[in-house]
Amino acid sequence: MKTINELKDEKKAIFSIKNLNLWYGNDQALKNINIDIMEKEVTAIIGPSGCGKSTFIKTLNRMVEMIPIVKTSGEILYHGKNIFDKGFGVEELRTTVGMVFQKPNPFPKSIYENVVYGPKIHGIKDKRKLMEIAEESLKSAALWDEVKDRLNDNAYGLSGGQQQRLCIARCLAIQPDVLLMDEPTSALDPIATHRVEGLIEELKNHYTIVIVTHSMHQAARISDNTAFFLSGDLIEFGKTQAIFSKPRDKRTEDYITGRFG
Amino acid sequence: MNNNVREIILKNNKKQKKSLDNVMPVIFFTAALISIITTIGIVLTLVFDALKFFRAVPFADIFSTQLAPLAANPRFGILPLINGTILTSLIAMMVAIPVGLTSAIYLSEFATEKIRKRLKPIMELLAGIPTIVYGFFAYSFVTPLLMAVIPGLEAKNALSPGIVMGIMIIPLVTSLSEDAMNSVPNALREGAYALGSTRLEVAVKVVIPAAISGIIASFVLAISRAIGETMIVTIASGSSKNFTFDITKSIQTMTAYIVEFTSGDAGSGTVGYYSLYAVGLILFVFTLLMNLLAQYISRKYREEY
Amino acid sequence: MECKITKNNELNVENLKKKIKKRIMIDKSAKLVFLLSALFALLVLGILIYRIFTQSIGWLDIQFLTSKLSIFPEKAGIFGAIVGSFLLMVIVAPVTIILGVSTAIYLEEYSSKGRLQTLIKTNISNLAGVPSVIFGLLGLTVFGRLLNLGSSILAGGLTMSLLVLPIVVVASQEAIRAVPGFLRDASYAMGASKWTTISRVVLPVALPGILTGSILALSRAIGETAPLVVLGIPTLILKIPQNIMDDFTALPIQIYYWTLDTVLTAEYANLAAATIVVLLLMLFTLNSIAIIIRNKFQRRY
Repeated sequence: MKTINELKDEKKAIFSIKNLNLWYGNDQALKNINIDIMEKEVTAIIGPSGCGKSTFIKTLNRMVEMIPIVKTSGEILYHGKNIFDKGFGVEELRTTVGMVFQKPNPFPKSIYENVVYGPKIHGIKDKRKLMEIAEESLKSAALWDEVKDRLNDNAYGLSGGQQQRLCIARCLAIQPDVLLMDEPTSALDPIATHRVEGLIEELKNHYTIVIVTHSMHQAARISDNTAFFLSGDLIEFGKTQAIFSKPRDKRTEDYITGRFG
Repeated sequence: MNNNVREIILKNNKKQKKSLDNVMPVIFFTAALISIITTIGIVLTLVFDALKFFRAVPFADIFSTQLAPLAANPRFGILPLINGTILTSLIAMMVAIPVGLTSAIYLSEFATEKIRKRLKPIMELLAGIPTIVYGFFAYSFVTPLLMAVIPGLEAKNALSPGIVMGIMIIPLVTSLSEDAMNSVPNALREGAYALGSTRLEVAVKVVIPAAISGIIASFVLAISRAIGETMIVTIASGSSKNFTFDITKSIQTMTAYIVEFTSGDAGSGTVGYYSLYAVGLILFVFTLLMNLLAQYISRKYREEY
Repeated sequence: MECKITKNNELNVENLKKKIKKRIMIDKSAKLVFLLSALFALLVLGILIYRIFTQSIGWLDIQFLTSKLSIFPEKAGIFGAIVGSFLLMVIVAPVTIILGVSTAIYLEEYSSKGRLQTLIKTNISNLAGVPSVIFGLLGLTVFGRLLNLGSSILAGGLTMSLLVLPIVVVASQEAIRAVPGFLRDASYAMGASKWTTISRVVLPVALPGILTGSILALSRAIGETAPLVVLGIPTLILKIPQNIMDDFTALPIQIYYWTLDTVLTAEYANLAAATIVVLLLMLFTLNSIAIIIRNKFQRRY
């Protein structure tokens, strides 16, 4: 695990995961995970389906606890504080750690209402302010030009790719530190995927991004660091370039070269 | 980027007390308790005053065929009412079960999707008509019609409300039986069709046996509905407290007795007044047992697939 | 035995053909019988509506709708009953919807699976099967006598609310259950609390289903007679009710008393029929609204 220390020298870790274990009932889904997520970098999580990569990302904003049988042990330090601590507000955590899901999930409301949902529930009422936020967020999500004339149309009238960018805009509206993306392009066609990937490259200048992906190419294209998970274990973690050119573990190599998964 | 959004949100979050999140569950829980309180209220209401009745009237009198609550020397035999209830319910079942079940077979096994889509709303419409309208229909149309065919039929009788009650219950039997038949896996049907069976043979030999518990549950619920039905019998079967099996004669059901007595002038505190609750209690227990039985049967059948 | 079958001439082609023909014949006649039986409902509905409409012709007019009750058939009107039914709904609608939706939210969103949840659910399904006349006895005893509300609109409305409560609870539960989990996830992931998520995401999405169920409950309540009769609604009320503490009459009650009194005055049958037409039109309107809501807000995700 030298790589972690190397990374630490360059930038600050926003998430420090220490000895994280997670069980669904009696099935262990994450086994003793230790990893640091660096600020303002893109970290890609790869691995075959069922390896725990989705579970891992959902643990970072504690969405995994929506399933009642989940048990965890270990620590996740976010800005140095353990998110599993009793005093730690899960709602506060999720306010600064946004999430984009596998399937676009806009609310069945207007485009505008979708974007201002976050600011509204967090107490911003001023109409002008809300409109400002909507415009900025949609611009940051590279959607503004496409929807500026139909902000009051239902979000489900948008294409899949537009819906996903709307969901990203919805996250950006409350200005999070971190964006968690759970296979955000897996439900999209190649062109829409390309646009979302371009957007992620834009966003990484301002946000810390953790992205789960099943596409090695995507990981190689957009991420700074890559973590490879296999049946609940973290096999390898390091600079994306290093992992893809010179994987240290045989299993990583097998996966990257497409021998399984 | 508009930089202060984040600060505003974080400040708001610190201020915001989650008071609603603590209060709302309590409100919802209280609302959920109302339904339980209603049941308790029904039971207490009935039991409390029914006990007064059972204390005042000897057991042998209760199980007699003499009912004359308003006579100078009142008699409180409950058998005429039970008899009246069973009689009208039996007639209703003789209409509702054959018609309801065959309609269900038609809709589930024979009808094209198009016909099904047209017929089902009509069934729903029939189910949505208030019972008072059926009562009026029984009294002003079915009874005169029957009188023309059956000489000696009284203007108020058990037959006419029984038939109309049956008609009212048809949609219930049809929709529940059809649900049960629809949930029979198609693989079972295909097996029989592959052997060259006709639709009728598949329906009778495969689908009905497989759906039998659901079908029986629908019959039991139908009986419960018939026992508890009030307005049709109140209007069309009259208020004679006869103990008779003659369906051409006027009879009284338990439900009609309750209506007659409350809208009449039995003063509170008399034995006659308490008899109301005794009858209500018996009616409640009857229908509750039927409903529990139906639930038990249909739960059993759900486990099969 | 099995050897015999092959020799048995029952299996020769001619016989088989005859048998199959017979089976197909039986199948076809059965289909016809079943169809007729399914059409029986349609037939009865047709006769019922035709009879009632023809009986009401000449009686259902503006004067009938706007006049007070009278013992003279020509002068009698149902304005009081219409106002009574309307005021009854003014009580039933809010009480039932608030109680019903709250119960559904508790059962679907807050309660944990366990004895209490099972108890409440079983209780509601049993309550739905209790005869309406029993609710009348409950209303008479608790609202009428114990709380001293008599046979006022308030007493009638509360009684009716409890009667139709299970309909709203069950419909709302289904509507809430049908809200996809990914919408809840989206809200929670933005840092929304449970109540925020329920009030801003779950309920708006479930609203069409809740409304449809509530309207169906109202249409049940508007036609229900027995509980009101048991509550002791007076036979002849000449005063138009002004507020919810007044005595009242309602459309089904009016139908009931006029039907009973046809023995005395034959024209009362026409008055009852005319009132039924008004009642059925109200129900038809309510149900149409429910269908429109259901179709207009069909899910788009």
